[in-house]
Amino acid sequence: MSILEVQNVNKSFGGLKALQNVNLKVEEGTIHAIIGPNGAGKSTLLNCLVGKLTPDTGSVTFDGVSLLGKKPYEINQTGVSRVFQTPEIFGDLTVYENVLIPCFGKRDGSFEMNALMSVNSQKDIRAKAEQMLEDVNMADKREMRASSLSRGDKRRLEMAMCLAQDPKLLLLDEPTAGMARADTNNTIALLAEIQERRHITMAVIEHDMHVVFSLAQRISVLAQGTVIVEDLPENIKGHPKVKEAYLGGAH
Amino acid sequence: MDAIILQLLNGLDKGSAYALIALGLTLIFGTLGVVNFAHGALFMIGAFCAVTLQRILSFSYVVEDPTQKDFLGRPLKVQTPYIESWFGPDFGSAIIDWSVPLAILFSIPIMIAIGFIMERGLIKHFYKRPHADQILVTFGLAIVLQEIVRTYYGANPIQTPAPQAFVGSFDFGSLLGFDPNVVIYPYWRMVYFGFSALIIGAVFAFLRFTTFGMVVRAGMADRETVGLLGLNIDKRFTLMFGLAAAVAGLAGVMYAPINAPNYHMGMDFLVLSFVVVVVGGMGSLPGAVLAGFMLGILESFASMNEVKDYFDGIDQIIIYLVAIVVLLTRPRGLMGRKGVMED
Amino acid sequence: MFGLNKKDSILMIAVAALALLAPFILNIFPNDSALAFFNAGYPDLMQRFVIFGIFAIGFNLLFGLTGYLSFGHAAFLGVGSYAAVWMFKLLNYNVVPAIVLSIVVAAAFSLVIGYISLRRSGIYFSILTLAFAQMMFVTAYSDLLGRWLGITLTNGETGLQVYNDDPQILLGNGPNVPHLFGLEMRAKEVWDIGPWEFTLPVGYYLCAVLMLASFYLAIRIFRSPFGLMLRAIKSNQTRLNYTGLNSKPYTLAVFVISGMYAGLAGGLLACMDPLAGAERMQWTASGEVVIMTILGGAGTLIGPILGSGAIKYLENVFSKLNEGLLHDWFGFMPDGLEGALVWVVSKFTGEGWHLTLGGLFMLVIIFLPGGLVEGGNKIRSWIQNRTGRGSPPADTASTPAE
Repeated sequence: MSILEVQNVNKSFGGLKALQNVNLKVEEGTIHAIIGPNGAGKSTLLNCLVGKLTPDTGSVTFDGVSLLGKKPYEINQTGVSRVFQTPEIFGDLTVYENVLIPCFGKRDGSFEMNALMSVNSQKDIRAKAEQMLEDVNMADKREMRASSLSRGDKRRLEMAMCLAQDPKLLLLDEPTAGMARADTNNTIALLAEIQERRHITMAVIEHDMHVVFSLAQRISVLAQGTVIVEDLPENIKGHPKVKEAYLGGAH
Repeated sequence: MDAIILQLLNGLDKGSAYALIALGLTLIFGTLGVVNFAHGALFMIGAFCAVTLQRILSFSYVVEDPTQKDFLGRPLKVQTPYIESWFGPDFGSAIIDWSVPLAILFSIPIMIAIGFIMERGLIKHFYKRPHADQILVTFGLAIVLQEIVRTYYGANPIQTPAPQAFVGSFDFGSLLGFDPNVVIYPYWRMVYFGFSALIIGAVFAFLRFTTFGMVVRAGMADRETVGLLGLNIDKRFTLMFGLAAAVAGLAGVMYAPINAPNYHMGMDFLVLSFVVVVVGGMGSLPGAVLAGFMLGILESFASMNEVKDYFDGIDQIIIYLVAIVVLLTRPRGLMGRKGVMED
Repeated sequence: MFGLNKKDSILMIAVAALALLAPFILNIFPNDSALAFFNAGYPDLMQRFVIFGIFAIGFNLLFGLTGYLSFGHAAFLGVGSYAAVWMFKLLNYNVVPAIVLSIVVAAAFSLVIGYISLRRSGIYFSILTLAFAQMMFVTAYSDLLGRWLGITLTNGETGLQVYNDDPQILLGNGPNVPHLFGLEMRAKEVWDIGPWEFTLPVGYYLCAVLMLASFYLAIRIFRSPFGLMLRAIKSNQTRLNYTGLNSKPYTLAVFVISGMYAGLAGGLLACMDPLAGAERMQWTASGEVVIMTILGGAGTLIGPILGSGAIKYLENVFSKLNEGLLHDWFGFMPDGLEGALVWVVSKFTGEGWHLTLGGLFMLVIIFLPGGLVEGGNKIRSWIQNRTGRGSPPADTASTPAE
């Protein structure tokens, strides 16, 4: 069963057609990679999914609900969490406080308004936040200011924050961009482990083929605003259309 | 009909002042990304340039006039401005009479210098600081500037008359076939409007037709990219600030005869000019000018007796009310672009 | 204690002790000594310390936690004062209904103004609040609303006060000055101990108790998930949005809370002196609370109290200084130097207090954006570094890894 369905989505900026009739189906419980050369429209597609951009035409359906016209926070409430290419975290807060925020937030977007309640008194939520930090191996850094973390740690923190929401779909925008090889491998292992343990559906945008082929169960190749191939990883390797898109044979 | 035209005319001069201040604010904001709470103080300093020049030109010494006697029968002591003794009584007094227009020349170097010092000495260090810090430091500067002026010029408004030649009013109505003396427009206000239009035109032409202006406009559209082009942005920023300061100063110089300058006029105008900028759309130069005139005229209409019968004193708050309505219906203002100041 | 952790409890107790002992601490110099000039233990001044403390604590909840810089907070203080005086005029001089109404009215105003202003953030928000406050100032100064309704609402530039022909339906035989169930606000106890004289005013202690309650509430808010959320709003709204949270209700809630603090402060001002004037709502008054908060340390618990105390104290000292006194002080210097120094200093004192305030404003923001609290921390760590030289730095958490 597909949890995310993108049908005939078009998006243009002025004269530039960034997305043309994009179709995409992400099966529940799988890791789906979206790859493609620079400027293929990957980020635009992702932004259309999370409500930062609205498609000109077409439909985006998640878990049976249309996401069109919804604001980012409303889309998140349906169960879609996003990890950014440049980590978006609460830099002024400590690592632990960062994870507390999504732990206090409920799926419907409500948050504890009781201004007299003490954070310290909420044992369950604190335990959950600590568990999340354990999950991404960051428990030892819990009192550090988030802005002072390394880039890899920031990304892991962001992932912990997204996972704390128990998302149905996790969108990852180049999760290993700018990382050293060792860090990249750690991230791959982490993602694989999360997928195995929690069966969270993931859609990953990625440049690094090593990451893509280590993780993805299905791959869509985007080129010049359209999906040219969607298939299993083994069929993508060596696919003539993909080669053409990357090597630019036609031009 | 005649009343409407009268109010339209009356609104023009206040609208001009709003437009000029808002223009400078927008220039600084658009290029430097700084909200200058001291911009009203620059307007005020401009007005006090006129006051100062008038005082300098009127520096006098005392001569005893033996032909006239005071009530005790002594020779009358007459204050004679130096300038009259240098240039002869006629030309000398004409110079004093024309001190406000002359103050334009006097104020330009002063205002540009103040602008330079402000930018180099203070604002420059705040480009990378949060917006709140920029607001606060310029706010503090505004207080300092206005208090300095108060220390030296006192708290009372200082009458600064326009040249004799501009005293009186132009009977605008008789041109259009209304009864004489119904639609009249003081000459000096006409001058002020014309002067403002000239400056606004000059600023737009400058931005349009010079390479410097091109860079500035590009900077307003996308600051980061222009920064990457390797142009010497710093120097241009300083110049830009000087230019904006001069625009505010000139607006103040010429406004002195319309409204006797006092030390807090800057802040009074600043708050309204901010509202003008918000209504016009933050970062939009035509928006600032358009909204400035619009709100000036609207304010003038609200002070008509017909309106006052219903809402006494509405002219004092009409601008705020309009701003609220505009913001509720068009959050970006009349001509604001998406993405300006939305972070 | 009372749901506070140990550190906060100590802070709370320290502030309570300071507030309750203020009449003694502030009159530390014997009455006839030369330093008595620096005493601050007068009812009027002490009341202003705590009332503006409340104002700044409330402002800090908004600005310190969320980073939304309101430039119109004095407006809520002003309406609070008007509301309190109206209660005196209509009911009687009991301060309880006056304080309650001033908080309620300020809450209503801040709800409306906050709802509109919070549609935008950053600079827009500051400008909007400034515009609203200025509009309310003009409305109160010319009593526009009253003119339209055909009544005296704010009594224009004269200011609102209680007259003999006011209804005061509950007055009866009660006191003709503000009182708390018969306990007059201006009543005071004077203790003469040796060369010292200590004044213990009733009004001050009412304000101090309310300030402590406000402070306690502020600590609870700081330590609640709601407070955590507010800090998250300041830090990164994008992440908040992508965490399914809409920041609006929280910012509006804290805006109203801080408006209520301002209303309480305004109401208390009227309780100490049953007058309300438009000048309390002017932009300079709004600017003053901003500088109090920043001077103390925005976003810290104790900062606003320190800041308001420092500003009000300096205001008092600087305004009192006149040229005669300055000549006395600098009398030991050679005449020329003395004259020059007095001339310069006199520009900053007396009438020139606002110049000093503006200058102070700039100096703090340029050199000490974290305020006194940050300054204190810097000094402390400097001392620790000096004494603990040789041992490895303990504070590795603050070294950025990137």
